[in-house]
Formats: sequence, structure tokens, C-alpha cells
Amino acid sequence: MSVCTLRINDHDLAVPLGTTLLQAARQAGIHIPTLCFLEGLSAVAACRLCLVELEGSDRLMAACVTAAAEGMRVHTDTPRLREIRRTVIELLFTEGNHVCAVCVANGHCELQNLAVEVGMDHSRLPYRFPQRGVDLSHAQYGLDHNRCILCTRCVRVCDEVEGAHVWDVGWRGEHCQIISGLGEPWGDVNACTHCGKCVEVCPTGALFHKTDTSEEKQGHPERLQALMHARTHQQWNP
Amino acid sequence: MSQATPRKPRLATVWLAGCSGCHMSFLDLDEWLLELADRAEIVYSPVGSDIKTYPKDVDIALVEGGVANTDNLELLHQVRANTRTLVSFGDCAITANIPGMRNLLRGSDPVLRRAYLELADGSGQLPHAPGIVPELLERVLPVHELVPVEVYLPGCPPPADRIRAALEPLLRGELPHLSGADQIRFG
Amino acid sequence: MSACLRLCTAASCRSRGATELLEHCRKALASDQAQLRVKEVGCLGPCSDGPLLAIDPTDRLLSLQEVNGSDLETSLAEALQRGNDATGLKQWQPSGSRELSPDEPFLNLQRRLVLGRCGVVDPESLADALAAGAWQQLPRVLEQNDPPAVIEIVRRSGLRGRGGAGYPTGLKWATVAAMPGSQKVVVCNADEGDPGAFMDRTLMEGDPHTLLEGMAIAAFAVGAQQGFIYVRAEYPLAIERLRTAISAAEQQGWLGRGIGGSGFSFEIELRVGAGAYVCGEETALIHSIEGRRGVPRPRPPYPAEHGVFGLPTLINNVETFGNIPALLELGVEAYGTGTKVFSLTGHVQRSGVLEVPMGTSLRTIVETMGGGAPQGRQIKAVQTGGPSGGCVPASALDSPVDYDSLKALGTIMGSGGMVVLDDTTNMVDIAAFFIAFSREESCGKCIPCRSGTVQLEMLLRKLLERRGQVADLEQLEALCHTVADASLCGLGQSAPKPVLSTLRHFRGDYLALLPAAEVQR
Repeated sequence: MSVCTLRINDHDLAVPLGTTLLQAARQAGIHIPTLCFLEGLSAVAACRLCLVELEGSDRLMAACVTAAAEGMRVHTDTPRLREIRRTVIELLFTEGNHVCAVCVANGHCELQNLAVEVGMDHSRLPYRFPQRGVDLSHAQYGLDHNRCILCTRCVRVCDEVEGAHVWDVGWRGEHCQIISGLGEPWGDVNACTHCGKCVEVCPTGALFHKTDTSEEKQGHPERLQALMHARTHQQWNP
Repeated sequence: MSQATPRKPRLATVWLAGCSGCHMSFLDLDEWLLELADRAEIVYSPVGSDIKTYPKDVDIALVEGGVANTDNLELLHQVRANTRTLVSFGDCAITANIPGMRNLLRGSDPVLRRAYLELADGSGQLPHAPGIVPELLERVLPVHELVPVEVYLPGCPPPADRIRAALEPLLRGELPHLSGADQIRFG
Repeated sequence: MSACLRLCTAASCRSRGATELLEHCRKALASDQAQLRVKEVGCLGPCSDGPLLAIDPTDRLLSLQEVNGSDLETSLAEALQRGNDATGLKQWQPSGSRELSPDEPFLNLQRRLVLGRCGVVDPESLADALAAGAWQQLPRVLEQNDPPAVIEIVRRSGLRGRGGAGYPTGLKWATVAAMPGSQKVVVCNADEGDPGAFMDRTLMEGDPHTLLEGMAIAAFAVGAQQGFIYVRAEYPLAIERLRTAISAAEQQGWLGRGIGGSGFSFEIELRVGAGAYVCGEETALIHSIEGRRGVPRPRPPYPAEHGVFGLPTLINNVETFGNIPALLELGVEAYGTGTKVFSLTGHVQRSGVLEVPMGTSLRTIVETMGGGAPQGRQIKAVQTGGPSGGCVPASALDSPVDYDSLKALGTIMGSGGMVVLDDTTNMVDIAAFFIAFSREESCGKCIPCRSGTVQLEMLLRKLLERRGQVADLEQLEALCHTVADASLCGLGQSAPKPVLSTLRHFRGDYLALLPAAEVQR
């Protein structure tokens, strides 16, 4: 196996070729914030939180999709990156209607935690209060678009893992929203297997069990990872 | 040798559009409130003072709630004009939070119609009492979208420990540096 | 050359009634015993004077803007009675028409390499194109059978991508050619969407065969068999003429299997976009061709490695391919630094499409050729590069128009849209217009672009409504940098450029919107 050596912050590392910067950093115990990324799903580099600086280049790279290369010098926590990460979180909060106090995911929400991590004690950008809907047509689950950050984890898990492709992204720009089927109510989409994987990987309270009330929803991304591990290694009884 | 005893910081707490939960949490400071009363002069507060008009020359003001109506707006401007350090106190002040959910109805008139006509039993009517009942603003806004704010104290409500962590440095005349889930998490 | 009337029926002249005038010309010529014919051609250049009629072989160019159709018919019939060859048309001046002198700078400062046959040939006739020299370079290339030599010519010419980014074309071709695998793809990006840009439309409407030949040569050079032209649905005439041209070229054996009796096969399919500006971004374009949602993905992998359906793919824009036949015909020396096609619009006396030597100064283009600002006004700025570009102040009009000079001024060459703005323009309005455009066209995949453009427009509107303060200006600038640094694709990364460039060159326009007390502080 070919190996390349690189430096992330103050750590000298040797990783197999093809390793992403995010994997390399995590192996070295260096934390890089992520939101759309989820181990077990394809990486789409959409949330921009994992951007890192490479010495010798002005262009920032998303750690989740950038392969480590020989001699790379990577910085994961510079003032420039901190400013971007805080702004990204502010943009996410202000483009939706995130009312933590009444959210099913309060206390277990990746967005809420990231706000803490980037030091967002308030948003410097104004809140937009968009008009968005809630889909409660599914028997077991609900989708609250007000809390959706369009990370597309649900789209990917349904497509890549469950194979049902119930979810996709409709419209564009600020009007983007997650759609089920061909824009039908979720409960009307026959392709849905009711597996709940989308709910488990949702980082916020956008997808939830109908029985959950505030603070009761906990995501379970580790179940996806256990499933993917079992599939890859054919180990179904750990 | 003897130096004049430094003046005690003048502290106010203000209640705009919020559920008063932040003030309840403030009361959860329990016995530390006695220390606070010793270290600061409480000059205006719905839970600690009978003064009805906002005084001048206030050092620290904790402002709870979003800005939802004309009274809120007027009071906020008085607070800003007469306060050195304005603390945006709790999620409603910082994000508009629950009161801000009415912004999804797009304007004060739809809100009043929804509340007093559509959801009313029998023959509802729109409230109208100029000078007595304050008019709703078109949108509930966070405090800092209207006036400058020095300190943000998030939480719904901010727990008592968090309030104390902010007040301790403020009483010493310093700005607090809050960080971490214990001190700045929303919700 | 036999006598012939060439009437422009491309989009701009067509919108000014050229097709009706064409009918009147045809009626007048119906009884003509001789061979005088009228043919539809593509853009003749100065669109603001259209509809335009060129008369062969007298070298005359008439503006028919004020000409009534039936008057034209009558006067043409009378002229034909005086003599139906060139003599009869030498003095012909239908009432209301205006003659444009061939010495007009708009015309004689051009160097038409890409548009050499545009306005000359009937874009619907392969025979006409062949007679004018189309499809002569491909057979030569096939005969020489040396793809690396073709790439070497392109590399030595210094040709850079005309779509905006200016990537060296020869290098791109060499990269695709070096990719392993027997299946490769050539894509023409014809999703021209910048406000005020219509260079590519001009070539597709006026001389589609040059584009097809350029693509075929590229395909031969890089070893591709499949070609796509991704053209926007807003260009129905270009689509129609491309379809006609492709099918004629196939029938003549210039496209399809075993071209010119060689072992080289190349087919071209049209893909019509559905109105998303972002599909001009190459990875989004690839997704759209594949039938997927047109959103960009991170690069690498670059299309050269992993393009349409995962195959190595060469993507160039219309004008880049349009350069190839002329380059091969002239050779590197005579081709020189090449040309750039611009569409000149806005507050300028004469607007239209022009092709000038690379490095021509902005002043030459907008003042000498375009005639400058309308009477009594001054040029304030020239916007280049569309929503990804910026504004060049009047003080920098002597800059040569090339990739590096424009970059130094904080804008880009872009695909060639050039919008002249006079001194009645508030540059904050212009910035808000372009940000609104980017907001509307954001695909929504990444948050800095999806939501950052909305916040940027909100800040600009706040300033324009005079509700802004100095802090808003600072926030505007900071947010511009975040959107530029953090967005996923080139569109988001360059969306703040119109704001940053107007802040740089026209800060006074922003400060004038702030309360006076704030500015002095």
C-alpha cells in the first residue's frame, strides 16, 4: 500500500494514498467540524464547514472530498476558517426557522452543537423567517421543513443504503426543499419502506418520529455505520 | 489613604416579549441573589424593584424578550439610551425565538386575525384600544437587530449558573467571555 | 461574386421585423428573371442599426430600421427594372434606409476569425457554408492523421478558453488526449447565460458549421467519438439552426461514422437546457447531460478525467471551438494573438457583436467602435464578465482587453458580455442587480451561495433604501469574502465580484447612501 506523508496543523502524518484529509485528521485526533458529511454515505462537500487551508494555495478545500497528497501542509483552524464556519452556521440558522426551545432535537442537535462550537452566541445576520411547511402525512414520521438544513443525508441514505430513493431536492437556490417522491406527501410515496434511516441520520429535528416531543429525538448515525460495516465485512452478528 | 468606596454597579432587568422564564431562571440564582443585592444596586426590574420608569445611568441591563410591540420598542430605546452594558438575555432577545414564530404569518394584521377571529369562539373582534393596548409591530425582532448589544446570554432560559457566569465579570466591570455548551447553547 | 442580398434574420434583427422584410424582398424578386437572390444570414454586427441588409458584390450595408416593408418591395422591384445585377443596386436606396460606411470603426476595426463566415453564409445551407470554406480543415487534419500535431498547434497558439475562466485550451486538450480509455466525449458549452452576452448565440445562429467543424477537429485530436452541444432553451433559433446543420453535416459525411472515408467517427447530440444558469458550470452541465439534477460537484476529479457518464471529457465553449478552423487555416504565426468576440450593449451609441484582436483597448471598443455614451452623457464604467465579473471604471478605459489586464482590474474577461454604463448609473444598483441574478440562479447545494447571496442582496437593498450604516458596509464586504471563499463552485465563488469591484472602484456611490454623520466618523 502506497503511503503519503503530510502535516496537519502540527501533526506529521503518514496515511495510505486515497485517504481524505478528513479521515487523516480524524485518525490523528484532529477535529474538523462537519455537517453534511456522514461516514457511510457519499461525500457531497455542500455544507462547507470542513474547509481547510492548504499552504501554497489560496483556494480552500473541503476536507471530506480532498485526498491527502505527499507533502501537503494543511491548516484546519485558522482565523479565516473560523470566520467562514461561524458565518455558515449563521446562514443556516437565519435561512430556516430554528426554534431550539420547542424542537424535538433540542439537546441532541448537530446544528445546535455546531453553533456552540463556532462560538455563535448570536447571529450577526438578520433572521429571514421563511414560510415553510410541515409534512405529517407519513404514519410514523414527520418532516418539518422549518428545521431542514438541506444537508441531503436523508436523500443519500435512502438512495445509497436503503435503495428506495424516496427523497430528493426540489427547486433551486433559496427555494430548495427536500421532496418525497415527485413532490408528493411523504405518506403517499409507495417507494418508502418505512425503514426510518432518514430519521436516524437527520442532524436536526427536521425528520422525526411522530411520538417524539421536544428534546426527545436522538439521531442514530452509528446504526448506519454498523450496517455499512456489516455489509462491507459480511459480519451480521457482531 | 482612604479611597472613596467605588459606587456599586447599577443593575436593571427588563422584560419585553418573552414568557418571563429568563426572569424565573434569574430567581433560581437563589442565595446568590442576596450576594448580588449586596454587590449591585437593583434599580429597575419586574422581579426586584417597584420603579416603573427606566432610570438613568444604569451600568448593566439584562433584557429578556423579543421586540414585539410599540411598548417594547419604546422601552428598549430608553434602555439603550441609559445603559452602559446591555445584555441580550435569553433566546427571545437574541433570536426572537417563540414570539418570533408569529413572523411566519407575515405581519401584525394576519396575526391578530388568526388569534382573535379565526381561532375565536363565537363572535371574535380585533382588539383596538389606542394608548392602552400597544400596537403589534409587523415583525418580532431580536434586540440586536434594533440597538447595539454588548453581551449575549443565550438559552431558553439561560440556566442560573450561566446567568451568574455572565454577571460575575460584569459586576467587576469586565465583559464576560462565554463559550462552550454550558454557557452559549441555544434552547 | 454574383449579386445577392444578405438580410440578417438572427435573433436581434428578427425581433425588429427582419422576417417580414425578407418576405417583401422575396416578393420583389419573384419576378426577377436573373439570379439575384436574397438570403438569410446571421449577425452582421451593429445590431442597434438592425434590421441590416448587405448587398453583394457592392460592399454596401444598409440599415432598414425605418424602412416600411411594402416600400422596400416596391423600390427593390424598381431597382431591378433598372438592371438586375450590381449596377441596379449600386444606387439603390429604399426610402428610410440608412447606409453604413464600410469605414465605420465598428466594422473596419474588427478582425473576424471566428465570425468570418457569420453574416456571409446562409446558416441553413451546408452548400453555402462549403462554398465559403467550411469543412476544409477537418479533411486536412484527417489526412495528416496526427492528433498530437493538432494539439501542438492549439497549444502554440496560446488559445485560452473563451467561456470565462481562460484555461489554456491546448493544455486541456492534451490532458484529455492523455487519459486512458477508448471512449471519450467532447462537449460544447453553449449555455451562454450572462446578462448582456450573446456572442455564442451569434455564432450558432450565423455559422453553425464552424462550431461543428471545430468540435470534430477537437474530437479527432483528443480521441473522442461522442459529442454534445449543451445549449440553452432560450435560444430556439440557434437550436433550430444547429439541428439543421448537424443533420446536413451527417448527410454529407462530415459527422457520423467513418468521416471522410477515415476510421474516425464522431456524432454530435444536442442537449437543451431547461433554464438554469448554473448548468453553464461544467460539472453541473455534465450532470444535466446525464439527465440528473444540474448541480455542481467539487473538483477534482476534473471532467478531463471523470466527465460525462464517467468518461474523459473535453469541455470548451462555443467561441473556443469556433477559433479552431481559423487557427488551422491560418497557422499559428498568422493567427497571432487571436481575437475575442464581444457583445457590446448598454449606454452606448452603437451596440452589437464585434470581434476584435485580443488586446484591443476598452476605449477603442466602447468609444471608437461603439460611439461612446449617448449624447450629453459620460461613460462611468464598463461591466465585463457578467455576474462573475466586475466593473471597469472609465479611468481605466485604456486598458487592453485581455485575461490578465482585466483580472488586475478586479473583473474578468468572462465570455464577452460588455455592458456600458453612463454617469446616470448608480453602481450600487448594478451590484444589487447582479447579486439578485446570482441569488435567483443559485442551485442551492452549498449554503454560502444559497443563503449568502440572499443576505448580500438584503444588505444592498438596505443601503439603497437608505436604511444602512457604516457597519452594514463592513458586513457586506466581510460576507462577500466568505461567499467567495467558501462556495462550492465557480458561480458562488465569483457571485460577490460585482459588489467587490464596485466597492473598489465606486465606493463613493456606497458612501453616498449612508447618513452623512456616519460617514464622517
